[in-house]
Amino acid sequence: MSAKLAISRPGEGAAGKTGTWRTFRPEIDLEKCNKCGLCRLYCPDAAISVDLVIDLDYCKGCGICAEECPKKALTMIREED
Amino acid sequence: MLTFGTGNKAVAMAVRDAKPVVVAAYPITPQTEIVEEIANFVTEGSLAARYIPVESEHSSMAACIGAAATGVRTFTATSSHGLVYMCEMMHMSAGARLPIVMANANRALGPGWNIGAEHSDSISMRDTGWLQVYVSTVQEAYDATLMAFRIAEHTDVLLPVMINLDGFLLTHITQTFETVEPGDFIPPIATPHAIDINNPGGYGTLTPGNTHFKFRHDIERGMQASIPVIVETEAEFSRRFGREYHLYEEYRCEDADVVIIAMGTLGKEMEVAVDILREEGTRAGAIRMRWFRPFITPELNGKDVVVIDRDYSFGYGGVLAGELQAKSGCQPFSVIAGLGGQEVTYDDIAEFVRIRRPGTEHWFGVDD
Repeated sequence: MSAKLAISRPGEGAAGKTGTWRTFRPEIDLEKCNKCGLCRLYCPDAAISVDLVIDLDYCKGCGICAEECPKKALTMIREED
Repeated sequence: MLTFGTGNKAVAMAVRDAKPVVVAAYPITPQTEIVEEIANFVTEGSLAARYIPVESEHSSMAACIGAAATGVRTFTATSSHGLVYMCEMMHMSAGARLPIVMANANRALGPGWNIGAEHSDSISMRDTGWLQVYVSTVQEAYDATLMAFRIAEHTDVLLPVMINLDGFLLTHITQTFETVEPGDFIPPIATPHAIDINNPGGYGTLTPGNTHFKFRHDIERGMQASIPVIVETEAEFSRRFGREYHLYEEYRCEDADVVIIAMGTLGKEMEVAVDILREEGTRAGAIRMRWFRPFITPELNGKDVVVIDRDYSFGYGGVLAGELQAKSGCQPFSVIAGLGGQEVTYDDIAEFVRIRRPGTEHWFGVDD
């Protein structure tokens, strides 16, 4: 059968390592973090693991995690050139 | 079973016999009786479908798209302003290759407000990728609706099909008609790209410039492949149930010098006009175009051609006349008649033939 409809299946890194798009990098202050996991739930790229480790290969630095963090435990830091 | 009823009722009974799983609809004159009857069938249990009353026609087609994407049989019905309101979803359903079946009660578009028969609604959906068939009797409304499911769902086609019946002139007139037991005439639906919950994905996702044309081209491939599927379906219908249909219907054309061409109920009325003209000594014939998409060019063999359009493309002309001229090279006498339910009798049609001037346009009621 010839193609009827464009269907994309989930895969890792189909658009390459999108972490290179990043201008600001999120950093977690574990002293302030209460492990609520909101950052992980809100991350549009699923770049934060259940253990709250940020995958910098794919994090685009959008800053949504820092915006949503109720404990202000996430800080966006400008990447060096 | 021999019964009697309106064109709307015949469509509803054909839908009941084709057993769709989801019917989503919004009422609009003169189509409302179709979805009312189907709602009755669902309520009384003679059709085991989920009936979704939605808030608009855009939503009714969207609901059918969602349901059809899971691989089930779907149906909806609309008319006029309802059809043009779902325009975006018309492109979406054909583009997603979903074999949705819809009845459209042909009705004028306003303003000025009008609920009479006109083909401008469906013809404005010409380029969406939907197949379009136009019927002329209550029996044909029933038969064409049954066949639409088999044609749409055929794996060579996988495109939606619209059954067009003239508002009031067919939706609201009562004739006898025969229902059938379809049995395996409509095979179980098997949409090859149906959603598989065990293999999740994004459907209808981004197609950049280096792939988009491939999907567009496959719609046209499906459209062309639909022609033999229609022929085969109509032949099989005839074998099983005895009633004969063709891509277009000819009446006394063999020795004709002039043929009248139209779609819908006018295409039936003109058979009487042909008989009148023959008694006068004019060798007339008639061709009723049943399928508008795919467009099937009839054999004209240099005959004079009178085309009656119950539609108009402003700044261009009668749409059927223009397409016939482009495809066959004929120089039709293009008559614009029957807009907004304007009464057109067989005597009027005979007169169109008597006054014909090939290559010119004639607005009935304006130019006479």
